[in-house]
Formats: sequence, structure tokens, C-alpha cells
Amino acid sequence: MPKDGIGASTKRREDLRFLTGNGKYTDDINLRGQAFVHFLRSDVAHGRINGIDTTVAADMPGVLRIFTAADFESAGGLPCGWQVTDKHGQPMQEPKHPILAEGKVRHVGDPIAAVVAETAEQARDAAEAIEVDIEELPAVIDMKAALAEGAPKVHDELTSNLCYDWGFVEENKAAVDEAFDKAAHVVSLELVNNRLVANPMEPRVAVGDYDPWGDQSTLYTTSQNPHVIRLLMGAFVLNIPEHKLRVVAPDVGGGFGSKIYHYAEEAFCTFAARALKRPVKWTCSRSEAFISDAQGRDHRTKMELALDADHNFTAIRTETYANMGAYLSTFAPSIPTWLHGTLMAGNYRTPLIYVNVKAVFTNTVPVDAYRGAGRPEATYQLERIIDKAARDLGVDPIALRRQNFIKPDQYPYQTPVAVVYDTGNYDATMDKLLEITDHAGFAARAAESANRGKLRGFGVASYIEACGIAPSNLVGQLGARAGLYESATIRVNATGSISVYTGSHSHGQGHETTFAQVVADMIGVDASTIEIHHGDTSNSPMGMGTYGSRSLAVGGSAIVRATNKVVDKAKKIAAHLLECAPEDIELKDGKFSVAGTDKSVDWSGVTLAAYVPHNYPLEDLEPGLEETAFYDPSNFTYPAGAYGCEVEIDPETGKVDIVGFAAADDFGNVVNPMIVEGQVHGGLAQGIGQALMENCVFDDSGQLLSGSFMDYAMPRADDFPGFKVDHSCNTPCTHNPLGVKGCGEAGAIGSPPAVVNAVIDALHRAGHTHVSHIDMPLTPSRVWAAMQK
Amino acid sequence: MYDFDFVKPGSIDGAVKALAAEDAIPLAGGQTLLPSMKQRLNAPSVMVSLRGIPELQGVCRDGDVLVVGAATTHARVATEAAAEYPGLAALAGQIGDPAVRAMGTIGGSLANNDPSACYPAGVLGSGATIVTNAREIAADDFFDGMFATALEEGEIITSVRFPIPQKAAYAKFHQPASRFALAAAFVARFAGTVRVAITGASEGGVFRWTEAEAALKESFTPEALSGLTLPAEGMIGDLHGTPDYRAHLAAVMTRRAVAAAG
Ligand SMILES: Cc1cc2nc3c(=O)[nH]c(=O)nc-3n(C[C@H](O)[C@H](O)[C@H](O)COP(=O)(O)OP(=O)(O)OC[C@H]3O[C@@H](n4cnc5c(N)ncnc54)[C@H](O)[C@@H]3O)c2cc1C
Repeated sequence: MPKDGIGASTKRREDLRFLTGNGKYTDDINLRGQAFVHFLRSDVAHGRINGIDTTVAADMPGVLRIFTAADFESAGGLPCGWQVTDKHGQPMQEPKHPILAEGKVRHVGDPIAAVVAETAEQARDAAEAIEVDIEELPAVIDMKAALAEGAPKVHDELTSNLCYDWGFVEENKAAVDEAFDKAAHVVSLELVNNRLVANPMEPRVAVGDYDPWGDQSTLYTTSQNPHVIRLLMGAFVLNIPEHKLRVVAPDVGGGFGSKIYHYAEEAFCTFAARALKRPVKWTCSRSEAFISDAQGRDHRTKMELALDADHNFTAIRTETYANMGAYLSTFAPSIPTWLHGTLMAGNYRTPLIYVNVKAVFTNTVPVDAYRGAGRPEATYQLERIIDKAARDLGVDPIALRRQNFIKPDQYPYQTPVAVVYDTGNYDATMDKLLEITDHAGFAARAAESANRGKLRGFGVASYIEACGIAPSNLVGQLGARAGLYESATIRVNATGSISVYTGSHSHGQGHETTFAQVVADMIGVDASTIEIHHGDTSNSPMGMGTYGSRSLAVGGSAIVRATNKVVDKAKKIAAHLLECAPEDIELKDGKFSVAGTDKSVDWSGVTLAAYVPHNYPLEDLEPGLEETAFYDPSNFTYPAGAYGCEVEIDPETGKVDIVGFAAADDFGNVVNPMIVEGQVHGGLAQGIGQALMENCVFDDSGQLLSGSFMDYAMPRADDFPGFKVDHSCNTPCTHNPLGVKGCGEAGAIGSPPAVVNAVIDALHRAGHTHVSHIDMPLTPSRVWAAMQK
Repeated sequence: MYDFDFVKPGSIDGAVKALAAEDAIPLAGGQTLLPSMKQRLNAPSVMVSLRGIPELQGVCRDGDVLVVGAATTHARVATEAAAEYPGLAALAGQIGDPAVRAMGTIGGSLANNDPSACYPAGVLGSGATIVTNAREIAADDFFDGMFATALEEGEIITSVRFPIPQKAAYAKFHQPASRFALAAAFVARFAGTVRVAITGASEGGVFRWTEAEAALKESFTPEALSGLTLPAEGMIGDLHGTPDYRAHLAAVMTRRAVAAAG
């Protein structure tokens, strides 16, 4: 095995450029003749636009042109990539999402007009001089109020603010209700899954360019999936065919989901560059990001669990209100449904499940996938209600989980919510968790905390997620308007170095390192001879990008396939050179040899022959060594694990300190343990952030109260202890060539319920037994208030 | 940011003259002013930098008093006041993060009088005197509610004179997002008197908790405060804490400050 092959904790090669200021981000791209756009955004949540007067602004210094909705009559709205069908078989209500507001503004931040000027400051000056006559309308912010009879409508053309009322599995509803009627115990809990702002370190940026020479448009953008943007923007919004449109997503400074979607600003810059024949750039400010990036979560749920007399789970029933915000962001409808309802079995053998989701339009910023996307919401409900059940029944929450776990001999396991788990071992990760958290020593630590006047508590959560998104034929049946395969091209160069083009996209995940390890391992060459390219539709095959912990499981599988094709062909060339049959050729450590002989040719000997085919089987084989493969998974992958959190509460202030956190994950095979650990750390930071600190809040009129880092609490390094992370309990995925499952979102999925369970545990141990739940984020003020009752 | 002129005078006189221009405004560390200008919430015509004036810099002892130049950064106070007035130095060392402390100044903080800022508690709790180019203002007369002070247009703070207490400490509870004070108490014990100033909590900005002062004058111990509470009325209620919580927290922080002062 080469030293940087599969299993090695190779340092991330991309970090050198990031840490030395040599990363190339979209904002680093400055084109000759570039102009700048500033978007005039609504400062009211809901209003009718009676007029836009641009006369003064248009004459301001540097102004090139001011655009309003009228300029986009030929363009389409921003498309939604997933159609959900409601419980009556009707398609969801799908309002138009215009590039610039048409007739009405529907959330604070909705773009009304766009000024393109010579400088960004001039554009902003002129935007301030635009006079917009807006008649403010009553806003709907609360989801239940939005569904009330006579509530103001976000979209006048829709029948109501209900996007869909989804039942899953609708046919099971009666059986579920009956199981509840017959249950020995029923536990219920009302839960809020707080709205989050993704806040990647790099705000969004777009640069549109147009080259009349070839009638070519180029968009440089901060995207997790440039091909998807090219398809959506080209085909649905601007009517530019793919061969006339190039989308480049260079280095991207984090996305967490918020950079999956096709945004108005991207379409605008591409459109304006064509109109003005000049490059047009937009750089989002942090304040603007708070009101224009799609946000995450925002569910309100009633969760119910039925148990029999022996404490076996017999049924689950949930009713969720899911906030869509003012418009449907690209994948918004799929998150509370197919990425949420299908995970409601969790790690357990509950035979009957019914999930109801009402997706609601409100006058707030659109909501879409955010790290975990639907799966954290499902996990939170399950893992909170199981803890509550254990407490109500007076049993150990860990034992109650174990009793109901799906057992290793039950795979493949068909859940009652459509998906089939291929493999897993939940007791193993729970055992490992209890070992690495030193669960046995908890009592002593709790006593020591008590000596210092602190309340200590411990909470666990199991989780399972569906990653490796996704089998195209399956998601097609569920309403996806796209396929979810991945692509790879392996271009072997004449001297043996290798250029890999992947359709997935790295914005922090370390693909350039991990993917090179995979190829290095398969061929037996040094990873330093392999370069990973991504993010440019002009040089890589159609790919679907990076989200849903899919890059290695799906993108890596495409790379394995393409590499296999390369190796097959290389063996034929080697067989020719060594005068034997291809079947007799063995590839090991970058050398082709004839089995049972000492005859061999090394990798670069073969690659050179492929490109200088002087001695080459030209009758049978084309010259060159370059292969492309697409991989469409046959199932999701199911990473799972057990998380444990130990907290200490200051009873005087209500402040929760995380004093210990451990994660025992089953990610299947691991290519780079260090990168996996880093991904878990990042996920934990975001999950604990959700549990304790982060909260996106609008007031009743739709103004964002947490619109900057002064009020939106981003977690910092010193908010966390050192994490203990283990991924030794592996059950490799059974259906992809690497046996990998995906690790990008787990941390954010398993941690919120572990934190909340630990806090409730601490309060109960201290005698605050009336506290059955506190909604996230568990701020000091909330925890203190809960203790006062 | 809108366009503005920038001047950097070398003397207090020069600064006062420059500030006579319409919409001129002093610039110290810029930690509050520049973000508000970037957001276009503030549009001075002239920015008069106070960073080139030697008399506004530094920490020195003058008898029983510690004198801090108005343009002295938090970082300098955190180190240079540590020997003479450790309670104040510790307060300065808890403001913001290292980058903020390297730029932000005591004068800027006081002139701004953010209801959640730290220095107002240190200044009011010490019974300090704010010295300007025109006069001396007792701390008790300086703070005038949220973001309001006794400063006149064009008046600049030149230094702050802190009587040095026998004991003092600052106990701060962080607002989780900004890490300003969600509620904080500065307690100082002088011969014959005790002062307690609370910041972060009240809609009226920093204030003295006179009941606590009286109790601590009798016995400078955390126990002396037991049973003493602040009314929730008039306390700030926001995303981070209810008025009830802030009233409670201010009392907790006061006890902790007393304990820390020893
Ligand atoms: C990220 C961050 C975290 C922070 N955390 C804290 C914290 O925890 N606690 C805390 O107390 N503060 C905190 N601050 C504020 C910080 O302490 C600033 O130093 C302070 O608000 C202003 O000081 P400045 O020197 O930067 O003033 P500037 O921003 O330059 O000026 C502020 C105002 O004061 C005026 N001014 C400045 N100097 C004088 C003078 N000598 N005379 C008259 N007027 C003057 C200016 O005209 C302006 O109106 C934080 C700031 C940031 C950016």
C-alpha cells in the first residue's frame, strides 16, 4: 500500500493554500471591466409594491443600469427541485420565486431592485436613492397563525399558506391510531426545532461574465454543486443551453447546505453581464447573508410514542409544522418529508409509524437543508421522547434504547417508513460510547461537581441517518426533479501523473486529499502524483455536487469505477508490452507484472506507451488512458452511532457547560481517519451550537431579531471541551465499492438530543423533576427560568 | 461607508479645533464607530483621530489616583494597571477579544456608553472622574441612560481618574453572542464606603445598586447580600434574557464580585 493510501491520516493537502492565504475564492476573482451590483432589499416583511422610482438613482455617479422585476419578464422564476405530493395525492402549492420581487415583497431581505455601477459603493449609494412606494401588509410569522382562517396570504395566487399536508405512510395511519389506543403507555412531547442560520465563514459571492466572441456566459459562484446551478439557471431561469454556459465554483469557504441552492443573485449577475456586456460582481455582506441565505430547521412538532407493557415500542405518531419561509428554496419541500419522515424509525424496531408534516409559507427568509437536513429533526424527536419515556416509566434510558434496537442479525432491515437499512450494530457503538465517556465514573464526577455547587448530568442519543444521497430511480418516484448519481473522469497523463475530475465539490471536506488516497491506493502510486479537480462545469462530467454526506459514498464510488476502467485498460497495454494475456497481469505497488514471472513494467512505462503508442496494440485498443464513470447508488447508506454528553449547570445562572462529549460512530470503512474526526468535530460544534446557543428569531412584524453576530450566538472553540471521537465499530456499507457510509452530518444530528437529555438529567438529579423539557437553545435564561417553576 | 475626511491632530487643542467642523466626530479605536459607519448608520463629515495625541495615552499613578489616558487601549490597561488597580485591569482584560482589546479605548467605551459595556461599571463603581478638554465630570453625573452621556458636542474625554480602592472586582456574565455583559457587577471597597455598579441589565444603562452598597458597607461579604434583590422592572428583556433573569443575574454577579474581591 502506498503511504498515503486508504486508511492513512494524511494531512489535508488543500490546507496549505488555505492557511497561507493562497486559496482562490470567488471574491478573489476580478475580471477586466467588472461592474458591481447592489441589491435594494425589502425592510418590511410583507408589502405591496405600488411603485419604484429610479429617476434620481439612475443619474447618480457611476450607475450603469438599474434593474427591477420588469427587466426579467423573459426569465423564469427560481425553480424548485422537488415536488412533494400531499396526503390526498395533490401536488404541493408552488408559488413563483422571481429574481426580483414582482408586485409584492414577502420577507425582510427580499430583493426589490438591483443597481449595477462602476464601484460597489456607488451601487449602494444609488440603491439608497431609489424610492420604493411600499404599502405594508400584515405579516404572517407564526406557522399556526399562518394557517388560521382568514390569515393574510404570503402568495395571493395560492389558496392558503399551506404548501402541503403530507402523510407518511398515509395507509398506516389507521393502524397507528389503533396501536395508540391499545398501548400500555403513551408518551408525548411538544418540541421546537429552532431555526438556524448556516453562517459559513465565506459569504456568498457571484461574478457573471459574458463573452460575445462565443456567446458564452460564465458564472463564478460560491456553490456546493456548480453543475446543478448550470442546469437550473440555464434551463429554467435564463434559457441558456449548457454548451453556452459555464459555472465555476472555485474554493468555497464552507456551505453547510446553504450553498446548494440556486439563488437570485447568481441568475442576476449572469443576466446582467449579458445585458451590459461587462462582468458583474456581487459580494454578500454578513448582514445581507442573514436575510438572504436559506436558513435551516424551524420545525414545531408534537411527538408521540406508544409502548406495550414490556416497554417495547409499538407505534410512533408525529405531527410537524415545517416553515418554508416566503418562497420554496431549491430543495426545501423534500427536507421535512423525505429526509425526515423516512428516518423516523431511528435505530429501533417500532413496527408502526405515521408522520404528518404541514409545510407552511410565512413572511420569513426561505428555509432549506442545513447540515443534516431533516434527519436531525427526526433524531431529536425520537431521542428526546425515548428519554422522556424512560423517565416516565422509571427505567434506564440506555436500557430502554437497547431493548428496542434493531439487532445485528436483522439486516437488511425494512423499516415501516420505506427505507431498508443494509447493516449496522447499535449496541456496539453504545458500548463503545459508554467506555470512552467513562460512564462508570459518572457518579464520582457528579459528586465532585456537587461539591463545587454545580449540577452534573449525562445524556445519550443514538442516531441513524440516510446518506450517500441517492438512488435516482427511488428519489424520482418521491418527487425529485433531478438524478442523484455522481461522476468522475480519470485522466492519466503521459508520464504517469493523474488528473481526477469529480462532479462532487469540496468546500471544506478535504476531497482533494481523500479522493487522491483512494486512487493512490487502487493503483499503487504516490498520492502526490494525483491531482483532484472539481468545481468547473467546463472540465468535469455532469455531477450533482456535495451535500447529504454523499461525496465519498457516491462520488468516491464513481472514482473507483473510473479507476477500475483505467486499470483494466492499462493491464491490456501492459500485457501487450510484456507479451502475455491481460488476465495474467497483476498490478501491485504501481507495477504490472506477469503472474509467476519476474517480467514487469512500471506504471509510467504503461502510461507513456498509451500516449506514445509506438509499441502498442493499435488494432485492438485506442491510444490514451482516460476514463469516465458515473455511479448511481442502489440504496442510501446508513451511518449510525451513539453520542454522549456530560454537562455541568451553574444553578445560580442557569449556564450549561459541556464538560464532556463523546461520539461513537459507525461510518463503515474510513479512508482518512483524521479528516473523519475533523468532520465529526465540526458537526458537533454545530449541533451543540443549536442545542445551547444558536437561534434565528423574527419578531411579530417579521423583523429579524438575531440579524448579526451580536445577537446570533455562533459557538466558539472555548464553548466546547475536547471531543472524544471513535469510529472503530464499523459495519461496512454493503452496496458501494468502498464500503463507506458518509460522516459529514452525523455530528450535527446526534448531538442536540444528547445535550438536551444531559441537561434534563442534571435537573432531575438535582430535584427539579417538574422539568420534562426545555426548548432549544438551552440558554442560561431559559434553563434558569425552568428551574424557578 | 460614506465618504468622509480624515484628520489626525497631534494635540488636544488640534483635535478640539478639528471637531468644530459640522458633523465632525472623534475616532478612537474604531471598534464601535467603524462597524456603524460600514452599516451606514453613521455618516460623519470629518473623522478626527485621537490616536496621534500623546497626552491621551497611558496609565500613570498620581497619588491615590490612577490616571488612564482616554485613548489608552483595553490591552494596555489590562497589563499596565495590573499592579496598581488589579480589579480595573481584570475588567479591561475581559472586554471583547484580543483584537478588540488591541484597538478599543476607554474613552471610546465611555463616550459610547453601551448599556452592556464593561468600563461604565468600572468607572461608576470606582467613583472615577471623567476629565474632558473643558471640565471634570464625576462618574455619578456622566452616564445619562443608554448610549447617552453628559458630554457636549465636540467635547472630548482626555483622561479618567480612578481613586484606587482597597479591594475591587468585576464579575461578568457573558451575553452568549456578543460576549458583552448580559449582566455584570463592579464592586469596590474604599475606606468607609463601598460602591456597586451594575451594567448590562438595565434599560437605563449602568447604575449603582445602593442597597447592596449599604449592606456591604456593614459587612463586605457575599452573605451580606443574601435576600437582597433588584426589581425586574426597568431591566432589559431580549432574546438573551428576560427582565426577571437579568435582575436575578445582577445580584448573583454582585455576590461573585464581592467573593472575588476577597
Ligand atoms: C467584537 C467586539 C466585542 C466587544 N466586546 C466588548 C465587551 O465585552 N465589553 C465592552 O465593554 N465593550 C466591548 N466592545 C466595545 C469595545 O470595548 C470598544 O472599544 C468600545 O465600544 C469603543 O471604543 P473605541 O475606542 O473603539 O471607540 P470608537 O469606536 O472609536 O468610538 C466610539 C464612540 O466614542 C466617541 N469617542 C471615542 N473616543 C472619544 C473621546 N476620547 N472623547 C469623546 N468621544 C470619544 C466616538 O466619536 C464614537 O462616537 C466590543 C467591541 C467589539 C467590536
